[in-house]
Amino acid sequence: MSDFWSRFSRNRGAILGLVLLAAVIIVALVAPLLFPKGPWQMVQRPFLTPFATEGLPLGTDTLGRDVAAGLAYGARVSLLVGLVSTLVALAIGVPLGAVAGYYGGWVDEAAMRFTEFFQTIPNFALAIVLVAILEPTLTSITLAIAIVSWPPVARLVRAEVLSLSKREFVDAAQLAGLSNRRILLGQILPNAMSPIIVMASLMVATAILLESSLAFLGLGDPNIMSWGYMIGAARTVIRSAWWLSFFPGLAIVITVLALNLIGEGLNDAMNPHLNRKGRA
Amino acid sequence: MAIATTVLGRLIKAAITLLAIVVLNFLLIHAAPGDPAAVMAGEAGAADEIFIAQLRERFGLDQPLYVQLWNYVGNIIQFDLGYSYRQGAPVFDLIMERLPATLLLTLTAFGISLLFGVAMGVAASARVGRAGDSVITGIALLFYATPLYWAALMAVLVFSVWLGWLPGFGYETVGGGFTGLSRALDILKHLILPATTLGLFFMAVYTRMTRASMLEVAQMDFVKTARAKGLPDRVIRRRHILRNALLPVVTLAGLQAGQLVGGAVLTETVFAWPGIGRLMFESLQARDYNTLLGVFLISAAMVILFNIVTDLVYRLIDPRIGATR
Repeated sequence: MSDFWSRFSRNRGAILGLVLLAAVIIVALVAPLLFPKGPWQMVQRPFLTPFATEGLPLGTDTLGRDVAAGLAYGARVSLLVGLVSTLVALAIGVPLGAVAGYYGGWVDEAAMRFTEFFQTIPNFALAIVLVAILEPTLTSITLAIAIVSWPPVARLVRAEVLSLSKREFVDAAQLAGLSNRRILLGQILPNAMSPIIVMASLMVATAILLESSLAFLGLGDPNIMSWGYMIGAARTVIRSAWWLSFFPGLAIVITVLALNLIGEGLNDAMNPHLNRKGRA
Repeated sequence: MAIATTVLGRLIKAAITLLAIVVLNFLLIHAAPGDPAAVMAGEAGAADEIFIAQLRERFGLDQPLYVQLWNYVGNIIQFDLGYSYRQGAPVFDLIMERLPATLLLTLTAFGISLLFGVAMGVAASARVGRAGDSVITGIALLFYATPLYWAALMAVLVFSVWLGWLPGFGYETVGGGFTGLSRALDILKHLILPATTLGLFFMAVYTRMTRASMLEVAQMDFVKTARAKGLPDRVIRRRHILRNALLPVVTLAGLQAGQLVGGAVLTETVFAWPGIGRLMFESLQARDYNTLLGVFLISAAMVILFNIVTDLVYRLIDPRIGATR
């Protein structure tokens, strides 16, 4: 573990990512304390410029709502949707890939055809269609993102299981009389964890981008303030009120960047043998 | 001969995939809250009972589900994607009218992202571990994390609103009366911002891939041989490393290019670009599900077609690809 940490912390980008993500998480947690009135309340007249009014550091939007409050509450949605949709995608992709890789044969064939089908469909277009038709709610958005994100997981897990199941410790387990299920769950999958964790951290970042893009198009949960919604709502006034689109976008960039940096750090720390070559 | 078999195989697979998407569309229409007739007519929520009853009869919704599915698939095979009551035109015609603009946008974006991505990746790999490498990798990391609709908005703000260099809206100057070459130039001016911002994300992806691929190939034995026989570094990099490093990059690039079609929804929305992405956004706002599903199907078809074409091109360029599969 300390070995892991020392490798992780050698990557300065990863530490920066960790700090940034911690900041976003803290803001998300304390949002109700900082802005007890919530993000929807009209607090001042509309279109107040940032850094000009006391108590409203980022100004107000087209309806006189506090931009800073919107940002803080938006962090909650982004993190929540990013995390939960990734977990759901793992719940689909890991078992499917594991079974395909371990049992092989027609099971593998069927599972991979199924995965390929979902990989062929343009991701974002499918997410749009799903959310639009199922009505935009937090649940449908999370599900839609999970549905378009699981295929790479299934492929990764399949490849890992396929190569691990040829290893000696699996032969030993078979000789010891362990059932297939126990070998898969107890022996193989734990050894496939590190690449899955790395991929998951990058998936949270992609999921946050997807969620914000959907919300930008008006496919956000109408009861929840999100960064994408804020940018979408400010799109038409970009010429007169640039800050309304600028700050939420910056928040997205920071959060996604942080997660990507962490993912790279995890990759370097957990798969040292796969370390990207040439990285001094 | 081998190529003909491959094409046939790929086409059959493509047909099956498209059929599965059609079935998915059918299921989605029925999964939608509210009456399927209303959904197909884009009237969900605002139901006029008599109108809906007429629609139900027209769409044969009184028949068993499998008959409906059969009819639905039959229609789509004949390029009948239904009627957009909102736009007052068949969905297929609406899409075909707007497809050229999307093709122009996505293909340009693909070209830009691949060209600059590879150039940046090569430049980074030549300076590995030094400041230039860090700057390029940093830029790629930043673009990789930037939502493309936000990049589009910021580009409009800077280059169109503040600097006034480029138009930030539309496909050509409305009422400009340009013809021939001057019209092409006018469209090109309108194309620069949308195509660049749409390509940014993939430019970052290709930069990272090219850098990694260049560094990997540089470790190989034939590069050592080339160095040992005294070839200048520049020549080794261009003739030996780049040529071999490029292939996996271009292969993956071709597979991912399809995703540009999805991104086009965002870019076209920001820039009011009259393509199928914009059509998708309009159909979202109007709850015009027939058009929405039609655009979805056609964009999937575009992705599949693009994948087949890239696959064939690579087989022609590099015979090794066909042999290993």
